[in-house]
Amino acid sequence: MTNHYNDLMNSDCILMMGANPAENHPVSFKWVMKAKEKGGKILSVDPRYTRSSSKADLYVPMRSGTDIAILGGMIKYILDNDLYFKDYVVNYTNASFLVNPDFGFKDGLFTGYDPQTESYKKDTWTFQMDAQGIPRKDPTLQDPNCVFQLMKKHFERYNLDRASETSGSPKDKLEEFYKMYAATGAPDKSGTIMYAMGWTQHTTGVQIIRAMAMIQLLLGNVGVAGGGVNALRGTSNVQGSTDQALLFHIIPAYMPTPRANLATLDAYNATTPKSNDPKSANWWQNRPKYIASLLKAMYPDQDPATSYNFMPKLDVGQNCSWLVLFDHMHQGKFKGYFVWGQNPAGSSANSTKTREALSKLDWMVSVNVFDNETASFWKGPGMNPAQVKTEVFALPPAVFCEKEGSVSNSGRWIQWRYQGPKPPGQCVRDGDIMLELFTRIRDLYKKDGGAFPDPILNLNQKDIAKEGKSFPDRFDPQKVAKLLSGYDVNTGKQVANFTQLKDDGSTACGNWLHSGAWTEDGNNMARRDKTQTEMQANIGLFPSWSFAWPVNRRVLYNRASVDLNGQPYAPHKAVIKWDGSKWVGDVPDGGWPPSERHPFIMRAEGYGQFFGPGLADGPFPEHYEAMECPYEEHPFSGQLHNPTALKFAGEAAMRAVCDPRYPFVGTTYRVTEHWQTGIMTRWLPWLLETMPQNFAEIDPELAQLRGIKNGDKVILENMRGAIECVAVVTPRMQPLISMGQKLHQVGTTWHYGWLHPKDGGDSANLLTPSVGDPNTGIPETKTFMVNIRKA
Amino acid sequence: MDGKGFFIDLTKCHACRGCQVACKQWHKLPAEETHNWGSFQNPQDLSFITYKLVRMEESVENGKVKDWLFFPDQCRHCIQPPCKMVGDMDDERAILQEFETGTVMFTARTKNLFADEIRDSCPYDIPRVNELTNVLSKCDMCFDRVINGKLPACVLSCPTGTMHFGDLDDMKAMAQERLAEVKKIYPNAVLGDPNAVRVIYLFQDRPSKYHGRAVASVGPRLYNRQQAFAKLFRPNRKA
Repeated sequence: MTNHYNDLMNSDCILMMGANPAENHPVSFKWVMKAKEKGGKILSVDPRYTRSSSKADLYVPMRSGTDIAILGGMIKYILDNDLYFKDYVVNYTNASFLVNPDFGFKDGLFTGYDPQTESYKKDTWTFQMDAQGIPRKDPTLQDPNCVFQLMKKHFERYNLDRASETSGSPKDKLEEFYKMYAATGAPDKSGTIMYAMGWTQHTTGVQIIRAMAMIQLLLGNVGVAGGGVNALRGTSNVQGSTDQALLFHIIPAYMPTPRANLATLDAYNATTPKSNDPKSANWWQNRPKYIASLLKAMYPDQDPATSYNFMPKLDVGQNCSWLVLFDHMHQGKFKGYFVWGQNPAGSSANSTKTREALSKLDWMVSVNVFDNETASFWKGPGMNPAQVKTEVFALPPAVFCEKEGSVSNSGRWIQWRYQGPKPPGQCVRDGDIMLELFTRIRDLYKKDGGAFPDPILNLNQKDIAKEGKSFPDRFDPQKVAKLLSGYDVNTGKQVANFTQLKDDGSTACGNWLHSGAWTEDGNNMARRDKTQTEMQANIGLFPSWSFAWPVNRRVLYNRASVDLNGQPYAPHKAVIKWDGSKWVGDVPDGGWPPSERHPFIMRAEGYGQFFGPGLADGPFPEHYEAMECPYEEHPFSGQLHNPTALKFAGEAAMRAVCDPRYPFVGTTYRVTEHWQTGIMTRWLPWLLETMPQNFAEIDPELAQLRGIKNGDKVILENMRGAIECVAVVTPRMQPLISMGQKLHQVGTTWHYGWLHPKDGGDSANLLTPSVGDPNTGIPETKTFMVNIRKA
Repeated sequence: MDGKGFFIDLTKCHACRGCQVACKQWHKLPAEETHNWGSFQNPQDLSFITYKLVRMEESVENGKVKDWLFFPDQCRHCIQPPCKMVGDMDDERAILQEFETGTVMFTARTKNLFADEIRDSCPYDIPRVNELTNVLSKCDMCFDRVINGKLPACVLSCPTGTMHFGDLDDMKAMAQERLAEVKKIYPNAVLGDPNAVRVIYLFQDRPSKYHGRAVASVGPRLYNRQQAFAKLFRPNRKA
């Protein structure tokens, strides 16, 4: 989230699209209801009428997977009707930048597409530079090559008719939606978006979010109270795990993973983002300080140039995202697998492939609170235990309340938890499991040597383990937190924040964004002080409650909430304000006086980006159909699917496109009562009582068509699998008219599994395809094709 | 002293069902064995082991859903509880009304009562019997929490500000104030029997759309054959 949960209450218009916060983020709904109480409008755009929709001022139904058609329609509506916030767009975004004249777009493809590799060469996706190497601009926004005009041209095709025809959303509803949301383009109004996996889990997922970010920039909604681009993260500490880089393409705090072509630290640092504009803060220019401090945190006894060599390096272009890993596992390329707090046999798209992949392993270690479909995959449906070679070890971990440590919420608040009860029986904290594993591996390297022992033997121990303690009580979360926040290696003193980090190895910091979380003043994450100024109280900002990264800033890009003189566009809900000598309110995005720096400090040029050249599938969002879809063509271009989508050899024949056997659009989701694959909830009788079995929601017409009555057992099926569940026939589902045809949608959850309860049903991911977004690799589990019939 | 009360603002309820589960947790009630019956609502009804149930009703107009109404149903702790009036005829210690809070409390001695009669007497159809022991149960206002200065478990669990608990007078005032505000958006909004009960609901639409017995005097209770026969033998009551 650029903003945070409390801040939702400051919004004049909350759009819930790609998310169902009433059901999946119920506590966030407190703030949604507060916004509504203050007169804010609540909008719900969803294939289903959900518990969130029930509280909305406007509900717009849609066909799953057509978000860009809808949002593109809004961009055109805003541009056509001059509803954008002109000062903001001119001063704070790259709308005025002149683009390389060779850049173009034709029939669904941007310039540079290579059909052989199904990827883009981005050499035309660039800006024109002046003699100083600063992007050339036309502040009048009239130059035909400026971003604004190119954007206008790109979205010319996204008229209301086409948006409605594609999405199946009624025209009048769409127009009402555009009108209500675009009203937040007034300088003193703000609109916000609450999105989640309903947007990310598409082959166009990143571009859907880009489209919304562009709307927010057009309306001047980024950096302001009640605005921003707000991803509701899917589990309680997934923000924390992302910050610590539990992903392949980044190392802690969003620095890129070293690649094989960057053999030295100097070579890595040569890729540091640069800007020649003296008014661009280009915050990432500080990256050499952060990588040096990270290396020092991991390898305290080595200088960073040496320890950089210890870092594992990806090959150039190597993709190690989720679906790719399981594809490789399926090909037998792995011997072993740690599955930690996860249940991919139920959570992973194309679960049959995933379950088969597990059988190709020699060993697997499952660390989980309850038995689950992954740990027991070898005795699951279709498996013959005698034929499965994988040896499975199950380790019992402590649960969240049995551990001390930090939890980062979606709003970037890092909140400290004390330990509640002690772990029962033989359950061990995750930190101790990892530390003991590491210690034993290190001892083996010490004893037996190995191909490359240095990265193991040199790893920091003193800042992780308690002195004089042994397993399972050695891991020290407080020490780790201090290391993440950072210290001066000469004095041993904690740094105040990341501005004190150095690139010469004199500071150690495990995560520059967490810097300041634990200072010489103590553990700032454990603060529970509600002190605030009147200005802060006005927008529900509690600067002394826990710690928010970065540097306790609660609203990111807040320098865009003020005019060039530092005066807030919305004085009645100001985030920051220049009082003549200093900033007051939130921690500003840098302390420079007004207009001395451009507000988007994490971008090299310092501007919000309408033209975004960094993505794999284009600098502007474009509508494509999901990889499984009911149509052979769509009205935007001749490119049916995202031409760069992540897919796997040999699986195309298993995908249904306009296939009469699978005529209905399927989508998956979660309910309030269960958690992810249900590992933590299916075993709890009170929760199981409320949602005992998997179900499929269908509209009454589809029910009639298939002879299905409410409460009947039904089969959902496609080429990848079939699941049995209970039909919930409800008017909350409605057939849509899309592309001139009547279209039915089927919704189901992925909470259940064959293991428990016995009649609960199996995972909906048996139906979802293993295709993914080209930028993130996130699987397209929100849109696929199915058939439904009576069981 | 007018005792305690609830104000339940249904315009803010989105059926997270935290209250339903919190009730089971505090009272250590077992889960019922349920199956999906074509609805998100489960269990299907209140029971001897389910004191609080979030009922869910789709409000449909011209085949299209207009609203999805959520109703966390529970005992209203009537100011003049009819269940107690009826129960007192057989055993005055079976149903108690606590003086300070106004809690209407069912004791184990409800086994001495005619369960059907007690249920019949309730305008909201709340009490439920254990068929084996003939003991009746329902919401006890978390009396053991309340006398220790704590909120009822359901109120504590509510994330949206739907459930409120406090002095009855304060709850009444809060209900009236909120009703006036809500009427601007929901012209049909109404409070459920605000002068007769300690659990005051604010309905955003006609109460009958939520549940047939959401408010008193909606209509007579309907009887199945077994219940009808039980009524027939009413004269053979216990001495």
